[in-house]
Amino acid sequence: MLERISISVQTADFDLAAEYARLAADASIGAIVQFVGRVRERCDGHMVRSLHLEHYPGMSEKVLHEIAGRAMARWDLLGIRIVHRVGRLEPADQIVLVQVAATHRAAAFEAAEALMDLLKTEAPFWKQEATPDGARWLDARETDERAAQRWRKGTT
Amino acid sequence: MLILYFGRLREAFGCGSEARAVPQEATVAGLLRELRLRGGVWEKELARDGTFRVAVDQTVAAVDAPLADASEVAIFPPVTGG
Repeated sequence: MLERISISVQTADFDLAAEYARLAADASIGAIVQFVGRVRERCDGHMVRSLHLEHYPGMSEKVLHEIAGRAMARWDLLGIRIVHRVGRLEPADQIVLVQVAATHRAAAFEAAEALMDLLKTEAPFWKQEATPDGARWLDARETDERAAQRWRKGTT
Repeated sequence: MLILYFGRLREAFGCGSEARAVPQEATVAGLLRELRLRGGVWEKELARDGTFRVAVDQTVAAVDAPLADASEVAIFPPVTGG
């Protein structure tokens, strides 16, 4: 039986096919939406050599559990899986997986988008890029905050 | 009480964690006031209009949050994961 919420914060890569197979055995699931965030080779006009992802151990897992719990309460879902990597990553590496299983697609699509928006603005992870000009901490984006804000309306 | 710093702030302060007594004024604001008294980068990064966040026992907290029963306080920049 699947756990309804499964969260991993890890240095190791994840295997998308294996993650999908874990859900595919459950015949009650009619829709699976999967999002993978990756390291881009170019950011704000400069080349990225590598990315270092730092997190707040304990709180990062806790916040991911909380936002998954909020999504389970809001949409009619069968399961949520989130994997977030930390440590040193290179361009084209996978950073994050959000997987949402539901009976129907509408809830799965919407919940996956909300989970990513909330993850990007609430989960305590920080990116530092190594560029040809040296290391640089990424700044939070106002557009990410606005995207997350729409899922917070009417909730506490 | 354990104080943790992350990301750009950890680097700026040259410090990832430190043990401190609960501040005289046992709130987040009281702790920030004490840390600002160190001057320099502490005063600059933790300025009243700064963009840092504070978590008390792993939950994001406002400046008036009490610290009397807190065991862990973290100060960090706005998050940039995902």
